[in-house]
Amino acid sequence: MNTPTNGTSPAPAVTQHYKVPFNIRRFARQNSSQLGILGVFLGLWLVFIIAAPNTFLSPQIYSAFMTSTPFFAIMAIPLTVIVIAKEMDLSFPSITAMGMVGFWFAYNATAFIGNTTVSVGLAILAALIVGTIIGWINGIIVVKVGIPSLVVTIGTQFFWRGAVLVLTNGKNFPLEYIKSTIWYPLLVGKIGGFLPAQMIWLVIVSILVWVLLNRHRFGAHVYLVGDNINSAELMGVDTGRTRIQAFMLVGLFSAFAGVIASFFVAYFWPNMGSGYLLNTLAAVFLGGTSVFGGVGTVLGTFLGAFIIGSIDAATVAIGMTGYLTQLIYGFIIVLSVAMHSYLRKRAD
Amino acid sequence: MEDYRLELRNVSKYFGEVQALEDINFKLGRNEIVGLLGDNGAGKSTLIKIITGYHQPTSGEIYFNGKKVDNLTVPKARELGVETVYQERALAELQTLWRNIFLGRELCSSLGFLDIQRMKDETHRLMNESMGFTSHAVSPDSRVGKYSGGEKQGVAIVRALFFEADIIVLDEPTMGLSLKETAKLSNFVKGIKQAGKSAIFIDHNIFHVYNVADRVVVIDRGRVAGEFMTQDIGVNELMEKMVRVAETGSLE
Repeated sequence: MNTPTNGTSPAPAVTQHYKVPFNIRRFARQNSSQLGILGVFLGLWLVFIIAAPNTFLSPQIYSAFMTSTPFFAIMAIPLTVIVIAKEMDLSFPSITAMGMVGFWFAYNATAFIGNTTVSVGLAILAALIVGTIIGWINGIIVVKVGIPSLVVTIGTQFFWRGAVLVLTNGKNFPLEYIKSTIWYPLLVGKIGGFLPAQMIWLVIVSILVWVLLNRHRFGAHVYLVGDNINSAELMGVDTGRTRIQAFMLVGLFSAFAGVIASFFVAYFWPNMGSGYLLNTLAAVFLGGTSVFGGVGTVLGTFLGAFIIGSIDAATVAIGMTGYLTQLIYGFIIVLSVAMHSYLRKRAD
Repeated sequence: MEDYRLELRNVSKYFGEVQALEDINFKLGRNEIVGLLGDNGAGKSTLIKIITGYHQPTSGEIYFNGKKVDNLTVPKARELGVETVYQERALAELQTLWRNIFLGRELCSSLGFLDIQRMKDETHRLMNESMGFTSHAVSPDSRVGKYSGGEKQGVAIVRALFFEADIIVLDEPTMGLSLKETAKLSNFVKGIKQAGKSAIFIDHNIFHVYNVADRVVVIDRGRVAGEFMTQDIGVNELMEKMVRVAETGSLE
C-alpha cells in the first residue's frame, strides 16, 4: 500500500536562495501605505515645530505624548489584527473596565495572603484572563452563531459595561495600595523622569503583535481570512479558530490597557475606556488598515495612534482655539484614508 | 478486492431539504484519469467538495487506498494526498505569490513560526521549473491579484503539484483560459498520468475531458447516470448521450 505523502516535505533541496537586489522603487511600491502614513506623520510634525517651536522643540511635550497615547494605542495594535481579518470589535472599551472588575475581585479574594505585591500580581493576571475570556466569547458568538462581528460587539459592548455597573454598583474606588508594589513603577513608572513605562509596554506589545502577524502561521491565516475567507476555507485554513484567537488577542490587550490606565491614576471608575472607542478605531484606519480586510500593518497603526494622540495638544500649543481640534481630526483622518485608498490602487 | 486510490460508496448529500447527491458510487484507480461530466447543477462540484473534505456527506462511506476514512476534513484530505484546483481558484488576491502557494500549508517550525525564506525559495523554483512564467510582473513577492487569468490558474495548478499529491482534482480548470493555455493544461494533465498519479477532471467542454480522460463518469441530477471508457466510445456518441441525459434523465 502506498503511504500518503506528507505534503510539507517538498522535493529537491533548493541550491540557491531566492533573493532580489534592493531596489528603492520596488521598496517604495511594496510599502507605499506605511511610507504614506510616515509622510503624514513627519509632515504634521514639521508643521507643529514650525507653528509652535517653543513647545515642539522641548522634550516635555514628547514625554506627555508618550504618557497618554499608549492608553489607547495598546488596544489599537491588536485591533489592527481584527480589522485585517475583516472583523470588527467595538467592545474593547468595556473590556478595559471589565478586566479591572476582575482585578478588584481577585485582589479582595487574595487579600488573606497578606502580601500586597503578590495579591496585585494575581489581580493583574485575573484582569488579563477576564479580558481574554470576553474576547473568546465575542469570537464564539461571531463564528459559531454567525452574526456579523460589528453587530455582536455593539451588543457585548453594552452588556459588559452593564455588567461593570452592576458588579460595582456604579461606584469608583481608589487603588492607592498599588503604589507600594513593584507593579506600579513597572507598568506606569517614569524612567529617568522622562520615559513613561507604558510607552515601553506599547513597544513590546507592538513587537509581539508584529511578530505574530508577520512571522507566525496565525498572522498568515489572519491575512488570508480577511482577504478571501472562502479560499482560506477551501485550502484547509481553520478560519473559525483564527478569528476567535484574534478576538482573544483584543480582549487580552484591552484588559492590559485597562490595568495601565487605572494604575496611572491609581483609581478605578466604571466608565473607564468609553472615551477611547473612536480614537482607537481612527488610529487603525489612519494607519492604512483596510476595512475590507486582508491589508494592514502594525507600524501604520503605531504611527496613526501618535498622530491622533498629538493633535489635541498641538492645536492648543499652536494657539488655535480648542474648538478646532475635532475639525482637524476629521480633516486628517479623511485625507489619510483617501491617501491609503489611492496608494492601494497603485500598489502592485 | 481491487485496490483503488479512492472509493465512494453510496454517498448522499443533502443541503437541508435539497438532495444534491444520491447514492453515488465512484472509484478512482491508480494511475487513472477520470472525467466528470454533467450539466450545471448536476452535482459535480458537490461531489468533489466531498472528496476534498470541504463538505461532509450526509450518508455513505469514503475509502482512501482501501481504508475507510471518517470525518474527512480539508487538512485531512490534503494529508491523504488530495490536492485541488478549484473552479473559483481559491486564491487570496491581495497576498503575495508565495503566501498563495503555501496557503493553508505554511512551512513553519514546531512553534508555528514561518520559514519565509524557504517558502520564497520554493516558490521561485516552482515559477522557473513548472510555471514557465516569463512576465516581469510575476515574482514570489508580487500580489496575485495583478496576474492574468492564465497566470492565476497556473498558480492554482502549481500549488497542487508542489505538495506531491496522489490525487489531483481539477474543477473546471479551463475556464477563462486562452487556447494556448488550454493546450498547456492538457499536457499537464497527461503529465499527471505519466507521473503515476491519479486525477479527477471536471469540465464543461466535453472535448477537453475526452482528450485526457481514461474514463468518463456522467452525473445527472445528483446520480451517476453512466460511465464509459474513452477508448470504447467516440466523442460524438458521447456527446449525443450527454444531450439525451440532459433532456430525459436517461442515457438510452
